[in-house]
Amino acid sequence: MKRNLREQFIWLLIAFGGWLIIDLLTFGGVINSFMLTIITMIEINVILAVSLNLILGISGQFSLGHAGFMAIGAYASAIITQSLPTIWGFFLSIIVGIVISSFIALIEGIPTLRLRGDYLAIATLGVSEIIRITINNLEITNGPKGIYNLPQFSNWSLVYIVACIVTLIIVNLIHSKTGRAILAVRDNEIAASAVGVNPTKYKVIAFTVGAAGASLAGSLYANYIQSVTPGDFTFMQSISVLIMVVLGGVGSITGSVLAAVVLGVVDTVLQNYGALRMVLYSLILIIFMLFRPAGFLGNWEFSVKRFFTKQKSSRENKS
Amino acid sequence: MNLLEVKNLTKNFGGLTAVDDVSLHVADQELVALIGPNGAGKTTIFNLLTGVNTPSSGTISLKIDEKLQLLNQQPVSKIADLGLARTFQNIRLFEQMTVLDNVMVAMTSKVSENPLSEVLRLPSFYEKETQMKDKAIKLLELFDLAESVDQKASNLAYGQQRRLEIVRALATEPKLLFLDEPAAGMNPRETAELTASIKMIQEKFKIAIILIEHDMKLVMELAQRIYVLEYGRLIAEGQPKEIQNNPEVIRAYLGGDDLELF
Ligand SMILES: Nc1ncnc2c1ncn2[C@@H]1O[C@H](COP(=O)(O)OP(=O)(O)OP(=O)(O)O)[C@@H](O)[C@H]1O
Ligand SMILES: [Mg+2]
Repeated sequence: MKRNLREQFIWLLIAFGGWLIIDLLTFGGVINSFMLTIITMIEINVILAVSLNLILGISGQFSLGHAGFMAIGAYASAIITQSLPTIWGFFLSIIVGIVISSFIALIEGIPTLRLRGDYLAIATLGVSEIIRITINNLEITNGPKGIYNLPQFSNWSLVYIVACIVTLIIVNLIHSKTGRAILAVRDNEIAASAVGVNPTKYKVIAFTVGAAGASLAGSLYANYIQSVTPGDFTFMQSISVLIMVVLGGVGSITGSVLAAVVLGVVDTVLQNYGALRMVLYSLILIIFMLFRPAGFLGNWEFSVKRFFTKQKSSRENKS
Repeated sequence: MNLLEVKNLTKNFGGLTAVDDVSLHVADQELVALIGPNGAGKTTIFNLLTGVNTPSSGTISLKIDEKLQLLNQQPVSKIADLGLARTFQNIRLFEQMTVLDNVMVAMTSKVSENPLSEVLRLPSFYEKETQMKDKAIKLLELFDLAESVDQKASNLAYGQQRRLEIVRALATEPKLLFLDEPAAGMNPRETAELTASIKMIQEKFKIAIILIEHDMKLVMELAQRIYVLEYGRLIAEGQPKEIQNNPEVIRAYLGGDDLELF
């Protein structure tokens, strides 16, 4: 048990180290405000990719609806902080977004998660589009024009902390009784039900937690860039998160984090080549599908426990 | 009162009647064998009893708290919760998961866990995990699998995979265990070990077992009572001795390909 606590502690230490490096580089003037924006977007993408990987990789459900839940979070935060422009209003809006998204995910998940593969993808895509079109036509969301000049309460540092917490929560969930059941359902649904694991229940849990993550990312996104329009949450947004998850490795949370960072950097470098960028991504995706369909890391995970046992045993071997 | 009471069970697949008006029962801690030629409908009966297939007609009841409760229409996971566990004729392990995790998954519905304590890694999380792990390892030791706890299930040898399926089923704390051809593909030595293991399960866990098996030596050695199925119909029921000398049974087997049986 002590060792387990140490593991959690080491993760916190690594997370804090990353934060400190960015903070010091900002203080030293190496990172300018433009780069901080990119770093924040990467952090948001980490939340999106990790939460989609819970649905796609861990639970094995092909969802194409991440943009819809992101939109709910974004608009919840935009609408609420407009009339309640304080940090508490912002936190409240995050919670409201998560509650609405989870609720929709629950209602959506119970019937659709019985579907398989392509059908599920189409169903989740459909719901996501319904959400976007609804937002496009409501008055409270200001229709296609969107909402501008929002008060900003988030910064790279807050988003960083939230991204770490979300990742830790999802990793802890995976390595628990609930996560084992989710993995078992992915591996063999019939066998899972035969040992008393209700497949629908665990698929819905993964789907709902994933949706909540997307909503949280949406709230942070809207607040950070201080505006939202329905155009931010099209099918392409879902696809771009999907690309991160697939390239990083479906089922590897480590891979999702890495892919979010790498693609964030590549994105910035290629910023001025809009159309070319999408061509390049599509090409990379095709090449991966051909030569490394499991993604960059497959389902490999970095593990503090394994890392330290390895270090220890190699030290013992030397002495 | 019997532990399991099945009345007039029938299953049609399109035009084919795979199970035809079968009534059977199992008493507490009884070891019953279900035999019959290939395609007789044995696996289909297991699938009906464990909820994988829904009966076309007939009733399945299980004794729960000294009352018979109808199992028809219950989802598979609920039936497993109520105490029916099984292995599969074609092995169905969680192949990508470790041996230990395969067993721990089966304890899911028996251990309550607060999601908050899982996610925040509260002390109660570690306590429950350790409890489950200890229990799983004890079970694995009984079946000589303790050395393989950290291996991926798909990397186990065939005989080990069959044993792991039994361990996983036992981890659900069943009242009634269904074994679908547990000796299939095993050599005589492995089959002898398995026979001993099944005896041990019945004595140690005090549960009832229904066994489908083509290996008659194993069946005759273990079964207290035997049901014989042919073309979906029960053609005989009785003690091993009676079954061995039953002309109907001999005809059914001699008519088929299973000449080696008696
Ligand atoms: N899901 C299904 N759909 C259609 N037919 C089925 C289905 N499952 C089983 N059957 C048919 O029902 C009959 C009984 O099959 P079952 O698997 O129960 O036989 P069995 O007694 O277990 O045979 P074996 O000893 O070969 O395992 C067979 O003719 C089989 O083809
Ligand atoms: Mg069979």
